[in-house]
Amino acid sequence: MNIKKRNTIYSLVAIALFLAFLYWLDANRLKQGMMISVLQKGAILALVAVAMNLLNGFTGLFSLGQAGFMSIGAYTTAILIIPVKSLDGVYYMNGVHPAIMSLRVMMAESPPFLQSLYPFIALLLGGIIAAVAALLVGLAVLRLKSDYLAIATLGLSEIVRAIFSSPQFDQITNGSYGLNKIPNFPSMLWGLIPSLVTPFIITGVCVAFIVLLINSSYGRAFKAIREDEIAAEAMGISLYKHKEMSFVISSFFSAIAGGMLAMYMRSIEAKTFSIMLTYDILLIVVIGGIGSITGSVVSAFLVTAAKEWWLRFFDRPLTLFGMEVPLFRTGFRMVIFSILLMIVVLIYRRGLFGTNEFSWDAVRRRLGRRGKEARS
Amino acid sequence: MKKYAIAVLAILMVGSLLFAGGGAEKKDGPKEVVIGVFQPLTGENGGGGYQETLGIRYANKMYPTVVIGGETYNVRLVEADNKSDKTEAVTAAHSLISSGASVIIGSYGSGVSIAAGDIFQDNKVPAVGASCTNPQVTLGNDYYYRICFLDPFQGTVMANFAIQEGATKAAVITQLGDDYSSGLGNFFARAFRDLGGSVVSEQQFQTNATDFKSILTNIKAVNPDVIFAPSSIATAPLIIKQARELGITAKIMAGDTWENSSIIENAGVSAEGVVLSTFFDDADPATAEASKFIEGFRKYLVENKQDEIIPAVSALGYDAYLTALRGIELANSTKGPAIRDALALVDIEGVTGRIIFDENGDADKDMAFIKVVENGQFKFLKTVSVI
Amino acid sequence: MSMSTILQHCLTGISLGGAYALIAIGYTLVYGILRLINFAHGEIFMMAGYFMIFSLASFPWPIAIVITVVVTTLMGVIIERVAYKPLREAPRMSIMISAIGVSFLLQNLSTYLFTAIPRGYPEIPFLKRIFRVGDVSASFVTILTPVLTIVLVMVLMGLINRTKTGMAMRAVSKDFETAKLMGININRIISVTFAIGSFLAAVGSILYFTDRMSVTPFSGTLPGLKCFVAAVFGGIGNIPGAVVGGFFIGIVETLLVALGYSTFSDAFTFLLLIVMLLVRPTGLFGEKTVEKV
Repeated sequence: MNIKKRNTIYSLVAIALFLAFLYWLDANRLKQGMMISVLQKGAILALVAVAMNLLNGFTGLFSLGQAGFMSIGAYTTAILIIPVKSLDGVYYMNGVHPAIMSLRVMMAESPPFLQSLYPFIALLLGGIIAAVAALLVGLAVLRLKSDYLAIATLGLSEIVRAIFSSPQFDQITNGSYGLNKIPNFPSMLWGLIPSLVTPFIITGVCVAFIVLLINSSYGRAFKAIREDEIAAEAMGISLYKHKEMSFVISSFFSAIAGGMLAMYMRSIEAKTFSIMLTYDILLIVVIGGIGSITGSVVSAFLVTAAKEWWLRFFDRPLTLFGMEVPLFRTGFRMVIFSILLMIVVLIYRRGLFGTNEFSWDAVRRRLGRRGKEARS
Repeated sequence: MKKYAIAVLAILMVGSLLFAGGGAEKKDGPKEVVIGVFQPLTGENGGGGYQETLGIRYANKMYPTVVIGGETYNVRLVEADNKSDKTEAVTAAHSLISSGASVIIGSYGSGVSIAAGDIFQDNKVPAVGASCTNPQVTLGNDYYYRICFLDPFQGTVMANFAIQEGATKAAVITQLGDDYSSGLGNFFARAFRDLGGSVVSEQQFQTNATDFKSILTNIKAVNPDVIFAPSSIATAPLIIKQARELGITAKIMAGDTWENSSIIENAGVSAEGVVLSTFFDDADPATAEASKFIEGFRKYLVENKQDEIIPAVSALGYDAYLTALRGIELANSTKGPAIRDALALVDIEGVTGRIIFDENGDADKDMAFIKVVENGQFKFLKTVSVI
Repeated sequence: MSMSTILQHCLTGISLGGAYALIAIGYTLVYGILRLINFAHGEIFMMAGYFMIFSLASFPWPIAIVITVVVTTLMGVIIERVAYKPLREAPRMSIMISAIGVSFLLQNLSTYLFTAIPRGYPEIPFLKRIFRVGDVSASFVTILTPVLTIVLVMVLMGLINRTKTGMAMRAVSKDFETAKLMGININRIISVTFAIGSFLAAVGSILYFTDRMSVTPFSGTLPGLKCFVAAVFGGIGNIPGAVVGGFFIGIVETLLVALGYSTFSDAFTFLLLIVMLLVRPTGLFGEKTVEKV
């Protein structure tokens, strides 16, 4: 059979194996709690990382505002899916805004078929609001040169955070107390797909869309802008239109990831979406390789897993052969991460994957070469 | 060379994926039940969280086993640092649950307790709060119990005290985003107004703020008799000192978080006259258990390089551990739902008083101790009960 | 609000502004020469605070101040050598990520070494003497800060305009390549720039933290960003502009907090940045340089 068919079959088999693994995890939920939460968080961060890579790596626009768009998605989703009976409890300080209450009551009275769709509608709505915000903001900000764009988007993220945590908007966002009692992921297809698997499906669909985008003519336009703006413009690529498109799409998916983060964490506050979150995602993107989607996805899972594992390993005192190893204390793993980031930035500038993507051919080549060596 | 390094890095990280998923370590030997300690050990509330943890550790030292179904189980503590941050609290809660905890003790700081409450409830692991006083911790969560009094009570107590001391005008300073601070401040203001006083200024500051001069200048302009400022241990000396530096002479009052010797240390002579409410007084033990605790814990404090003054939250931590142990005993099992049901029936004499829960999971505590800072020490002033 | 309250607020604002001005100068100098936003500058400021805590624990205050300033300056120079020099030829994004990486590293290093529990900043007795005029009271350091700032800025301007090194610095910031061709030792000039910036940050940190009495590993992030905005506001590359920007932001921030909008004080600063970048990218006093589009 031809190569394309073979590759597709490989991919389908891999996906099927992964899904089977997830179903097994679902059956063993109690024992495998840590693995589940690491994988889910990895999936969420993978989506943001890919969104950030789209903007920074493929279009060359250095933006540090991901956390702001994530927070828009997270708050929108949270406000729309916290159970109506818990609303008063969550907004216990200042009461919930009557408009929100009436909207939620109206939603709660709609048919159950519609109700099971609401979490997804909430995610989409969060994405759309973020996209609109990005559209408006982009008008102003995308003209700036790279380092100014970085600071401007960073500032925007902080402005969004300040707005969400300000006491003036207490009745909508609960000010700086944050929102809790957010329900977990919904199950899909009437229980066929358990709630545990939902974030992976959502991430998968979104990443697939971005991959399709990159491989289309729009994606080529983005890369052209990254390489040389003036030449791209000379070739007839509308700089403004494509930059806006990249910015808007990236924000849309960041917001969806933010909404998923809200469902994962069950309680959010504006402080969750601070500059440190953007730095964390930047770390993932850099380690994975700026310009490689596979890199971002793989790196997201690895970094999340490493953080959890290292949390137990490096942050607790370690006794080797009866002696306490001096350096191991709380906070050590973050120091190691920072050093790792510096090493990647200074020395291994291409990161794990550089600008390469995953391909079954590369895997075969690697295995094949070793096989050939073994045979000869 | 570069490829080799990348390969090593990749293997290290893939290995982490496998290790990260690992569940609780299995040990051979006597059976054990795990109690999770959910406290801030770093961050803004790290000081208080550490003291509460010391109380829990000491209790574990004194009572390291429990009898379930006729067999003796070792009680192992697993600690998770929630870093005084709601986001980290979620991660810490997850890690405690996956390490197999049957019951959780914590946390110091109502905000993180509220944030993690859903996760405990979802995973059917009961939690016993020691010093988190905000009503929201147990409201609507039948897996959360609490052995200390609540903020509405505490706020009323302090308002009563202020009125009794002749105050008619009060200023309230609260921390934005901190459920404890804002909740307690609100309850105080309400009670103060109900008693006929007037709240002339309500100021809020951001978390991690260190400069209170603008807020304090505004307060100085309206000249209150008392300033009620329930805040964390970290910000307390800053507020006190900066207030005195600006020339404010009003009496400064706060809630249970201020009972910490580091505040007197850092604020120095400005701390004289500060009044606060608390859960425990080590000079006047009510029961034999309490005297034994006071003597033994003082030694434990010195061993851990702390001052000999017993922090109230340590006593609460000790009591929370005893409560949890009793719950496990009554339930005769290590399963969460059974322990949750058993906790509702617990009735013991702790070192902070009798512990028995109402239908909300709150302890029936009706007594608060008021202390004042005199000559660089906390001096007991009086007990206040709800009439 | 009564007169004395307003005066009190103004004093607080000017004092904060002075500290911000000193930090903003660091940003503007580095950007002028390297076209790099030194994200790590805020963290250098924070580390200076920690150095002070530790030196004051073991040495009397005059020596402690000297130690802090020297160590901070050294740290700034070392950071440049290790993290920025290798990337001078790399695309702009890499060196910015490196700066962010250094900032990240310093924050995590402080959290690890000093734990995230806020550390009390020790008092330097004579700096904290309280003066009272009528209803307005202030500590000595509040009054000292703006004065010291202006003095240091004047000294710095003298350095830039009247010494050979200063001339070299101006040349490098005008045209990097040509300055190299003219035989100016670029590495030395860059190191001097970072040294001056870190020196001023150390002084600013002493003045700032003495009034605030507590340091956490994250004390430097927000002031760092705000001071960058101050530098942009005044005209990036322009030192008096940075000073004006610092005072402006310090005063406005204090006023916002005084009026009860403390959450918006940070947001305001960033809003100012975006407005400036759109309306007048060269800042108040900047010269027209290469366009930013």
